[in-house]
Amino acid sequence: MSTNNRVYVYKGFERFWHWNQALLIFVLAFTGFEIHSSYDFFGFETAVKIHNYAAWGFIILIVFAIFWHVTTGEWKQYIPTTKNLKAQAEFYLFGIFRNAPHPTKKTLISKLNPLQRLVYLGLKVLFIPIMVISGLLFMFYRYPQGDSIAIINIDNLEIIALIHTAGAFVLLAFVLVHLYLITTGHTITSNLKAMITGWEELDEEDQKDQDQPIGKPENEHDENPKI
Amino acid sequence: MKSYTKPITFFLAIVAPLLIVTLVLRKPEPDHELLNTLRAKYAVKRKPGVDHSKFEILQKNFTNPHEITAACLSCHTERGEELMNSAHFTWEREAFIPGRGVTYLGKKNLVNNFCTGVQSNEGSCMKCHAGYGWNDKSFDFSNPYNIDCVVCHDNTGTYEKASGAAGYPKMGPEGPDFKAIVASVGQPKSAGCGTCHFGGGGGNNVKHGDLELGLLTGGRDVDVHMAVDGLNMNCVDCHTAENHKIKGRYYAVSSSNTQRLNCEDCHTETPHQQNILNEHSIKVACQTCHIPVYAKVNATKMYWDWATATRKKDGKEYEVLDEDGNIVYTSIKGDFVWDKMVKPEYLWFNGTADHHLLTDKVDTSQNILKINTLFGEYRDRDSKIIPVKVHRGRQPYDAENLTIIQAKLWDKDKGKGALWLDLDWERSIEEGMAYIPLPYSGKHSFIKTEMFMPVNHMVSPAAEAVTCKECHTRENGRLAGLTDFYMPGRDRNRTLDLAGQLLLILSFLGIVVHSAIRALSSRKHNTIQSH
Repeated sequence: MSTNNRVYVYKGFERFWHWNQALLIFVLAFTGFEIHSSYDFFGFETAVKIHNYAAWGFIILIVFAIFWHVTTGEWKQYIPTTKNLKAQAEFYLFGIFRNAPHPTKKTLISKLNPLQRLVYLGLKVLFIPIMVISGLLFMFYRYPQGDSIAIINIDNLEIIALIHTAGAFVLLAFVLVHLYLITTGHTITSNLKAMITGWEELDEEDQKDQDQPIGKPENEHDENPKI
Repeated sequence: MKSYTKPITFFLAIVAPLLIVTLVLRKPEPDHELLNTLRAKYAVKRKPGVDHSKFEILQKNFTNPHEITAACLSCHTERGEELMNSAHFTWEREAFIPGRGVTYLGKKNLVNNFCTGVQSNEGSCMKCHAGYGWNDKSFDFSNPYNIDCVVCHDNTGTYEKASGAAGYPKMGPEGPDFKAIVASVGQPKSAGCGTCHFGGGGGNNVKHGDLELGLLTGGRDVDVHMAVDGLNMNCVDCHTAENHKIKGRYYAVSSSNTQRLNCEDCHTETPHQQNILNEHSIKVACQTCHIPVYAKVNATKMYWDWATATRKKDGKEYEVLDEDGNIVYTSIKGDFVWDKMVKPEYLWFNGTADHHLLTDKVDTSQNILKINTLFGEYRDRDSKIIPVKVHRGRQPYDAENLTIIQAKLWDKDKGKGALWLDLDWERSIEEGMAYIPLPYSGKHSFIKTEMFMPVNHMVSPAAEAVTCKECHTRENGRLAGLTDFYMPGRDRNRTLDLAGQLLLILSFLGIVVHSAIRALSSRKHNTIQSH
């Protein structure tokens, strides 16, 4: 490693958002699978109550997070790129075992590697909206009644329930893999520490290029992308 | 000092918003405003506006109950007409049934799987008819003096119709004190309604399961409305009447979705503080959750096997009792099964029903014949899940004509074909069918039958209502039999669940394998470095 520099990577709100989201997803998954009768813990009634409260918490958090991403321009972090995508995949599959350097350098303006960009974008624009929308339908669907508004009438809960369940499995799988990938930073704990304190040691020379356009991650250290 | 501030801020940043959200979304304390209004309303007991003992026309010594009716109608001039058009007198209702058109059905001509039906047995059955003298088909339904006013309006509790007397009370010195009874007539009392509605089918709670003497003396645990330690409400507090048309339907004999009595009439459609419970009321009737069990005080008959009737012991008819004193076998009726504290079965019901008529063909390819059919399904907007008592049994049918049979059970005298006196099925069936008259092939057999009776009474206190988990559970929930819709906690898509579990297992295995290779390779790497 070249000279290291402590950089304030994750801002206060970002960490607040991240950890609340983590907590809420955990609570939602745990109570959700109890509602699914996968196990008994709180009891069905309590599980539903907690699940609904947590759902509202999650929605409020998402509103704030969207505001933050838009106003700070941080949304650009999620613009997908194919550059280095293969190299990044190969790093996780092979390079990591040979102590090869990370093919993508983490910088303030490009915190995410191309794989992360894709996965997080998928979460944000696909899976979380699917969960939120199917969840809201779960809460607010109406059986057809005499004087009801036809557009929110739903004859059958089944399709909503199945989509919500499928999304839950995917999110849970994401959390599992995400928890593991935390350990693949410079050191095993460096990513975790960064998300807790906000500070991370990044390679110094990367920080000079802060005017580099977002969405085009640096690749100068990619000496050995292939095996 | 400074090192503590960060974790504290961080902790607050996570906990505080959750607390705020929880507080904002917290429901207010239960608001019993509506219940209190209702309690206040029904706490006031009605006082009659007139004292009938002061009327001169009621002072005479009545020798004949028709005279009482004539006296009543001399003031209540239009009530006779009203009653002659009410189901308590006609024992039939005009109704439209899909596939049948306009029908005139009721206790008068329907079969059931208790005593099979009234036809040819009127002399006995009409003990519960609001009239005098319905002994056979010659009864005059257009004579207002055939109405029995006091059977419902007696407030002394002493009026009683005689057994086997076609609706007449005993007369003469052994009969009821007519003068005292007419002096105190008034709104019907629960005990009076109960004489027939508790005792139907041959004894207390035999038929309905949720209507029995226990309601008159029970506490809130038996029925919150009629509880002696509660509001002590009367039948007619809910079953109100306008021009002798009484609200409330019994779907073993009714067919149409009119004149029903609903909990919502008083309690509104949104009686719960929790919205999620109010939403249930769109598809779930109040009774489903609020009547977790019926037959709370005395047992009710769940099964009646006519096929075993007419057996004798030592050439004589006999009875067998269970330890609670319930008859479990009698030669004149067959085998019975009784049960107490019964969990209802559940059905979709939209307020309309069909009945198996004496003229309908029995479909022997079906194992069980439905004596009545409650219509409803999940996709039907008018349907709700309701609790029902299902009375099962075996009863005679014509094995060649494939029709259900009306048996003659009762007569004043032996030798006239009444099963209960002669213990002869063939004669009983011949007489019963000839009376209607309908053909009988001469060959009878027995078929399993089911009768569906909605459970509406014996409402439990809110704390004892059916809990979420009793339905929202994978196996053996209360609604396990209703499979035409998706219910969270009960239903799942097995393929989806399997795929989901596979995804999680593969993710986990991937992590294990990946981290193992990482651990191994880093050790190798370190070893090389140290060399």
